[in-house]
Amino acid sequence: MDLMEKLEILTDAAKYDVACTSSGVDRPAQKGKLGSAVKAGICHSFAADGRCISLLKVLMSNDCAFDCAYCVNRRTTDCRRASFTPRELCTLTMEFYRRNYIEGLFLSSAVVKNPDYTCELMLSAVKMLREDCGFWGYVHVKAIPGASPRLTEELGLYADRMSVNIELPSGESLKRLAPQKSKEKILAPMGQIRDGIAQNAKELVKYRAAPRFVPAGQSTQMIIGATPEHDVQILRLTEGLYKKYALKRVFFSAYMPVVEDRALPALNSPPPLLREHRLYQADWLLRFYGFTAGEILDDANPDFNPFLDPKCNWAVNHMELFPVEVNRAPYEMLLRVPGIGVKSAQRIRAARRTARLDFDALKKLGVVLKRARFFIVCMGKSASPLPTDDPAVIAGAICERSPVQRQKIDAPEQLSLFAPQKEDGVKCLTGQI
Amino acid sequence: MSDRSNLVYRYDGSYQGFLCCVAQCFFDKRLPQGVQLLDEPQATLFGVRAVEADPALARRVEDSIREKVCPDALGMVQQGFLTCMEEKELRLIRFILLGYRHGARALAMSVHPDVHAINKALLYLKNEAHFHVEFLRFADCGGFLAGMITPNNRVLPLIVGHFTARLNTERFMIFDKTHGMGFVYRPGAREGEFFHADAVDLPEPSEEEARYQALWRKFYDTIAVEGRVNPKLRRGMMPMRYWKNMTEFQR
Repeated sequence: MDLMEKLEILTDAAKYDVACTSSGVDRPAQKGKLGSAVKAGICHSFAADGRCISLLKVLMSNDCAFDCAYCVNRRTTDCRRASFTPRELCTLTMEFYRRNYIEGLFLSSAVVKNPDYTCELMLSAVKMLREDCGFWGYVHVKAIPGASPRLTEELGLYADRMSVNIELPSGESLKRLAPQKSKEKILAPMGQIRDGIAQNAKELVKYRAAPRFVPAGQSTQMIIGATPEHDVQILRLTEGLYKKYALKRVFFSAYMPVVEDRALPALNSPPPLLREHRLYQADWLLRFYGFTAGEILDDANPDFNPFLDPKCNWAVNHMELFPVEVNRAPYEMLLRVPGIGVKSAQRIRAARRTARLDFDALKKLGVVLKRARFFIVCMGKSASPLPTDDPAVIAGAICERSPVQRQKIDAPEQLSLFAPQKEDGVKCLTGQI
Repeated sequence: MSDRSNLVYRYDGSYQGFLCCVAQCFFDKRLPQGVQLLDEPQATLFGVRAVEADPALARRVEDSIREKVCPDALGMVQQGFLTCMEEKELRLIRFILLGYRHGARALAMSVHPDVHAINKALLYLKNEAHFHVEFLRFADCGGFLAGMITPNNRVLPLIVGHFTARLNTERFMIFDKTHGMGFVYRPGAREGEFFHADAVDLPEPSEEEARYQALWRKFYDTIAVEGRVNPKLRRGMMPMRYWKNMTEFQR
């Protein structure tokens, strides 16, 4: 099998992995080595689905011993199987990198024979890349649950970021769809990496030249929509992962029906993209806006509102806290105003030290008032075009209504025996009626 | 010095030439009517004064900006000169005069028409530079890497630092076709060199180079998830203006 075909098979098998970020670590270039890494990460292209291509995202092998129902590479599917040799993988990475196609390597793998064997394969590739080829760019490696801790630790010394896929949002779903995996097996390497990072931080304080262990932190991802969990469960799990395992990111991937299975949604069901979008919005609220999962969703409202983003939804349900006075409100409260993000809130905080802010000043600061005007006052004045005492009115004014979404709700209308047709509108315009 | 003379300055288009135009304003005690390049056709009824580029004078102007305004203002002038802002020379001259009058405070006057225009142009420059760090593509031309770009602003001086550090093991060349300006780097050298040329001819890609380009195109096509195709999002993240220089779209 030639390299072209291998690349096609192993890219195709890896494309459902979401994380393609090259962020989290600043690694200045080193003389005689190819590459560097910047903390913000660099995207090098955008695929037809609009997602960034930053790393060469491939599997080491798709020859899997496991039989997870949702996966394209499960043992029982009939598909082409291929494996890279470490040498091939290194050549591809180096040649792509020097042409500025990619920012580094994202290496995942199906479980070949057993977790330890797979881990050793990946380790040999990454080791060759760093040591023989002198590669100094970004490397993201998936930890394989069930592999021996010694191998995971060694991988972490060569990688910038590691991730363990939590796969599905609950232990029961995992048992049903991925019989060979278990919650405990997945969480074990996650805990190990967390402890390794904490330990490494201590060592670095003592010895500047201590080898760095997973300097860009760890992330995880889960599939949304393949199993019946509610959004609130997913969000609580996300919050728990951030708190307990100090993750950098939790990624969500809307389930694309790729394989037929009785336990899964039908093949022609569309991926729940809006739900994925809402989860990311809530994820941002958790990480940057000081929200807790319990504030965003609770057992009475276990799912996201499709028409209002989680922040607007929270604000509309807590109108007793609004409007807030821009000149006096604490920073934490400014962050909770729909339409004001971290950047705007910081600008307001800086600008109000020297001047009293009115709505014109807010515009100059770049604050978008489209939604915010319903929730703020400047020096006692409001710019809201509507009365703000009825939350339903505000919700209607700020909800997202694209033409597609509008079609889904049937607008209430006056019943009529002779309901006007679309053509009647035209006739009316041309004078025929 | 806010009134304008009936003179149009013509200079050679270099940064030093521009600084000498700034000095000339002081000698004339008037702002010029406009600033033009020497090789532009002379389409004006105003009187014309050719301004010679004098390195010593240029250095004096730079020093004065650094001391009388602030070092950041000098950085703004240097980068502002790389932008494609309309009437950039005249705007920068007025900005420098504003700086002489108000000192470092001029930088914070972000609602002043000239400062606002310069800030906007600088943002465009920086954004475009970042796009080129992302989307520049090299091709191996037998012993050295070559990349072609067609930016609106002169982004080359802003991006070469990134590439000389990262590709310190490679010989490479970047050529800006819009401005006829290039940069070469050889491993071992501390810094690369800029050059001016009307065009650069590159050899046809070798078999090996064509193979890696084909591999990259295959990867690019395969990595997209069919069920999520979203052309609008892609255009938003990666404007189509840059596509013509990118390997994945050259087929």
